[in-house]
Amino acid sequence: MRTIGKFAFLFTVGILISCGGKEEKKEERIQIGQKPKVESIKVEEPTSDEVPASKRITLDNKGVGEIKNLELPATIDNAMVERGAALFKTNCTACHKIGKRFIGPSPSGIMERRSPEWIMNMILDPQLMVAEDRCAKDLLVEFNGAAMANQNMTKEQARDILEYFRTLK
Amino acid sequence: MKKYKIHILSIIGAFALLTSCGNNNGQNSSNGALNASAAEKMYVAPGEQDEFYAFMSGGYSGNLTVYGLPSGRMFKEIPVFSQFPTSGYGYSEETKPMLNTSHGFVPWDDSHHPDISQTNGELDGRWIFINGNNTPRIARISLSTFETEEIIEVPNSAGNHSSSFITENTEYVVAGTRFSVPIPQRDMPISDYKGNFKGSLSFISVDPEHGHMDIKFQLMLPGFNYDLSHPGRGKSHGWFFFTTYNTEEAHTLQEVNASQNDKDFIAAVNWKKIEEYVNNGGGTKMPANYAHNVYDESTHTATTTMKKEVVTVDPLKVPGAVYFLPTPKSPHGCDVDPSGEYIIGNGKLSADLTVHSFDNMIAAIEAEKFDGEAYGIPILKFEDVLAGTVKSGGLGPLHTEFDGKGNAYTTFFISSEVVKWKLGSWEVLDRKPSYYSVGHLMIPGGNSRKPFGKYVVALNKITKDRYLPVGPEMEHSAQLYDISGEKMELIYDFPTHGEPHYAAGIPAEILAPKAKKIYRLDENKHPYAINNPSEARVTRDGNEVHIYMSTIRSHFTPDNIEGIKVGDKVYFHITNHEQDFDVPHGFAMIGQNTSELLIMPGQTKTSVWEPKQVGVWPFYCTDFCSALHQEMQGYVRVSPASSNIELSWSLGD
Repeated sequence: MRTIGKFAFLFTVGILISCGGKEEKKEERIQIGQKPKVESIKVEEPTSDEVPASKRITLDNKGVGEIKNLELPATIDNAMVERGAALFKTNCTACHKIGKRFIGPSPSGIMERRSPEWIMNMILDPQLMVAEDRCAKDLLVEFNGAAMANQNMTKEQARDILEYFRTLK
Repeated sequence: MKKYKIHILSIIGAFALLTSCGNNNGQNSSNGALNASAAEKMYVAPGEQDEFYAFMSGGYSGNLTVYGLPSGRMFKEIPVFSQFPTSGYGYSEETKPMLNTSHGFVPWDDSHHPDISQTNGELDGRWIFINGNNTPRIARISLSTFETEEIIEVPNSAGNHSSSFITENTEYVVAGTRFSVPIPQRDMPISDYKGNFKGSLSFISVDPEHGHMDIKFQLMLPGFNYDLSHPGRGKSHGWFFFTTYNTEEAHTLQEVNASQNDKDFIAAVNWKKIEEYVNNGGGTKMPANYAHNVYDESTHTATTTMKKEVVTVDPLKVPGAVYFLPTPKSPHGCDVDPSGEYIIGNGKLSADLTVHSFDNMIAAIEAEKFDGEAYGIPILKFEDVLAGTVKSGGLGPLHTEFDGKGNAYTTFFISSEVVKWKLGSWEVLDRKPSYYSVGHLMIPGGNSRKPFGKYVVALNKITKDRYLPVGPEMEHSAQLYDISGEKMELIYDFPTHGEPHYAAGIPAEILAPKAKKIYRLDENKHPYAINNPSEARVTRDGNEVHIYMSTIRSHFTPDNIEGIKVGDKVYFHITNHEQDFDVPHGFAMIGQNTSELLIMPGQTKTSVWEPKQVGVWPFYCTDFCSALHQEMQGYVRVSPASSNIELSWSLGD
């Protein structure tokens, strides 16, 4: 029973991937001898008029994972922010830089684009998100196939990081 | 689930019917591996996990391999006494000290007898110990990280073979010398062996919390060969039993000269009595020089301490501590049944097995019924201690294990078979061939009060035609028998790595839940670790350059480094910032005179490179870590020794 479920799931994912794949199209020629700069890498425009995943606003999407519903209190908890900033520095800055696109997107302004649940699910189980969440999957494609690492954060740690993100505009 | 099984059985049954009609090349059905029911017994479906872990010694590979039973799948090779380029063990700066000895850096050994730690005589799955036979050493391996954590050298020992066996609360790991030697070592004629050489039996205490080893005392016995040993258990807990051969004290052509006596001895050592003697200040502090290497999991680094003293004990000064039990025909394996009553001497040049009784031994000692002495050590009368003899009809018994149901299983090297017999009645119940020349055998928990008597693995010395030929050298074969029924059934045959002598098995449910998945970055206390990429840097002290580097899928920080000069000694200290299970990164630098490193999540390892040529030299990740693994690389610019180029480093700008 479980096996059948898994097959069905894989099959579905397969269909999803093959459909999603059509969106990417490199129109640039291979360029040789240029000075590359991480900042200046041109984001591929999807063929559709869809907004790139990194710029999309998906506040209604809670993502897939164990965080189903999260109400944020009105005020920001500074102790959490402090812990979250330290965790972010150790576990995330290899790929995410404040105010700057790097291996992955910048977390600046993320609270205006993504729901708190989506952010926490992405931190807690990026593999599941990439498999089942449309936005996470599109981000993976947009960011060159650089899969987000699971840094084994606890729910409390992910929540601290989220609180830190609330301070980033 | 049950329904499935019935379906599978019927399919397999039908298959068996079909195949049984065909030509099976004259092999009869007792070659159980050909039976479909045997296939079902060892089959572990994709995605399913094995019931037991089996740890096989690597013999001349110096390592320890981890297998699953009943599938025979190999999961890991744990480097112990040998350099291992696959992980960088013995090559990285952190692990080089593990292989230090009083003879300097010894990058290899011959590992023989693994034994798992016990509490109250049952496997507790904290550590596994194994002996280095050649340059005498004992190693302790963590069974949560499956990494070697400690190696202690054993002084005054040579051919460390009757080792490494554990007492039933892991009070001691015991290491006995096979070869007797002058103690202390000195320049003397070999022909003066007799009466002058000594055999040392070392009792190494194990700290109950951290497992740290310390030689509590060395018992100095006559110059025989001490072949194998096992602890007493239950009522015989507090005693240790060692087989001896070469009681002739021959120093040349032992093949003939050490086989003259009709009987040699099992040495029965009352270690509790000696422990008490030493605790009360007994024993002689003897100058010595031996290495104690300890790997610290929080700093990911090993250190060597040279120890300068060892306590030796003269058995004649502790009355009642040692007795000799005459045992026929150069006994090899020395095995104690789960109750602690029977001590089995496997007389390797005999057809029979000698079984001594612990109760008889105690009675004979109390009645002082001695049959002379050897170098002052009382010899008990063979008839007084004998419990029985197993007339097996086989030839060359080597080792015996137990199933916990009153049965024993003995390997016969010369007649290539495993014989099942009954404790107490000594009758032979079953015999099955092995392919070929079986040495040790292993039942999970077979060396404890509580064996898990479902399978026995026979570890064979000769492979010949069992597998496709691969030139003159073949991996050794192992055979798996189902022993859950009255008759043994051969169900599988698989190759092993190196030369597995002994092995140790344990139910997966004891180990698997506590196997470590990552090293936590916030617990990393390596002095050269960096906590986050902003700490990445390069520093210079004379011609010594330290590169503090981090990795995550899929880049190094930094990945461009300039200002390195020919003649520098460059240390790459690499911290893997991954915190996900099974995401190591590798590191290799072109032209490096050492191996690559494989760095586990949260770990820091260091690799040395001494650039000899000017140029721009690449390094890269050796472990396919992600879709962008091929992009995981960097460059080091090496300038002439006279260059003034400043150190600089960067990533992405």
